[in-house]
Amino acid sequence: MSAISTASGAVPVILPANDLRASLRRIGAMVRRYVYLLRSSGIRLVELVYWPFLQMLTWGFLQKYLAGTTSTLAQAAGVLIGSVLLWDILFRTKIGFSTTFIEEMWARNLGNLLTSPLRPFELVAALSVWSVIRLGVSMVPVAIAAYFIFGFNLLDLGLALVAFFAVLVLTSWSLGLLSAGVILRYGLGAEEFAWSLAFLLLPLSCVYYPVTALPNWLQPVALALPPTHVFEGMRSILLHGTFNANELWWALGLNAIYLLVGYMAFRWFLQRARINGSLLQLGE
Amino acid sequence: MDERVSTLPNAPETIPVAVKNLTKVYGTVTAVGGISFTLEPRTTVALLGGNGAGKTTTIAMLLGLVVPTSGEVQVFGADMSRDRYRVAERLNFQSPYVDLPMRLTVRQNLTVYAGLYGIANVAERIGFLAEDLQLTPLLDRDTGKLSAGQKTRVGLAKALLNAPELLLLDEPTASLDPDTADWIRQKLKEYAHARGATILLASHNMAEVERLADRVILLHAGRILEDEAPRVLIETYGRETLEDVFLDVVRGRSRHAEQRELAPSDARAREIS
Repeated sequence: MSAISTASGAVPVILPANDLRASLRRIGAMVRRYVYLLRSSGIRLVELVYWPFLQMLTWGFLQKYLAGTTSTLAQAAGVLIGSVLLWDILFRTKIGFSTTFIEEMWARNLGNLLTSPLRPFELVAALSVWSVIRLGVSMVPVAIAAYFIFGFNLLDLGLALVAFFAVLVLTSWSLGLLSAGVILRYGLGAEEFAWSLAFLLLPLSCVYYPVTALPNWLQPVALALPPTHVFEGMRSILLHGTFNANELWWALGLNAIYLLVGYMAFRWFLQRARINGSLLQLGE
Repeated sequence: MDERVSTLPNAPETIPVAVKNLTKVYGTVTAVGGISFTLEPRTTVALLGGNGAGKTTTIAMLLGLVVPTSGEVQVFGADMSRDRYRVAERLNFQSPYVDLPMRLTVRQNLTVYAGLYGIANVAERIGFLAEDLQLTPLLDRDTGKLSAGQKTRVGLAKALLNAPELLLLDEPTASLDPDTADWIRQKLKEYAHARGATILLASHNMAEVERLADRVILLHAGRILEDEAPRVLIETYGRETLEDVFLDVVRGRSRHAEQRELAPSDARAREIS
């Protein structure tokens, strides 16, 4: 090792830490970190598009086949592809949120983050913002491909698409918060929980069939889930050209509750992890 | 090291660290058992102890990563269990138990943390630290591809980004060759002097502690057995080195083995409270 440098140094100019701009700066720093991470791996970038693309192809061809054999489904052109694309909005956002959080644990970086001025809500905000950016990277090319391959235009859903998108993203953040909290508390052993949690919604939120297909006793459970209202609404638009906006307000209201519960659960698990000392043992 | 950091203002002379009756119990295991000490401004203090002595848990409680079972931790007057964000930008830490993301380059990692610590002159600060810690040729390499010594220097750069008034170091020279370890110690000494910073370091390395620390807090099984200047300890025990003192203490030959009631630091903590 050579002699010690005696050059005079750049004094850090520290900006105020406790105002809104400071919060936005820290959220921005975290999003930048995730951008760096994605840019560092071309495989990851391809993988983001690969799975939703395969999913869309599979269901698209199935729909095409069924449309040629039954008149009912022939009228319902695009319902399956629409379901797949909307389901992927929910699923990919949730996975984006959870995977990015788990990444910090794989990297053994959480100790650095949680001792920095980064507040828990800022970490959550950064994960949320990033999950939507990641969703855009994966779903925009797939939605365009669905248009060219199957003639399904997601934009045909009109303004309702914006509302559907909001409902699904908010639900995925609630699930992401719950998964992240459980992993914080129980470590990477609970990783499987993060992966499988969204799948619980697949049968219950009636992605591919109407609520009436469920047994009577299960229907209230389905209706208590915000995504159910999105899938019902999508089918209503594509099959009948009508849409009940009240359903969406109901879904947004439910989301507000779930999001609050998700954030509270995350904070509670974080505090439990601080009490149990598990933040010291996190890692691969 | 960073000469101009000495021009940075420190807050009015608040006690950097005041720990009172700090206890951490995991189930039936007492990791830290009612310790009290204070760190005076501009001092370097070593937490010395064997494996499981409670060094890492103590540092984690100082950082707010672990919530104490009972007792108080105040950093610059802020209760770290409840109010750590009031002072978070005034401290930083490095530990071999946490890493920086391996797939990011050194420059990317430092840029992210500069953002988190609210540093405005990011490029200038990173450029200076890189130069000073001999990281310039490594700035655009993946952090995961660096050697242990290089990673330690990157970790130190991250810990110095905000020129912290309080620097917490957990085994800062673990797994380094003697030359690199010596170089790091010199850097820390220079930083503490230039910044007027307070440093708390946990270490197994007696030579390191002798060289760096103004004071040694010797922990064993979660309790403070000694709290003195290294030279005083060596003289008191009539030994040649701090390592001999350490062995005496952990093998039950502490001068306080029977009747340790109140360490000097306990008294200081009480004065503050």
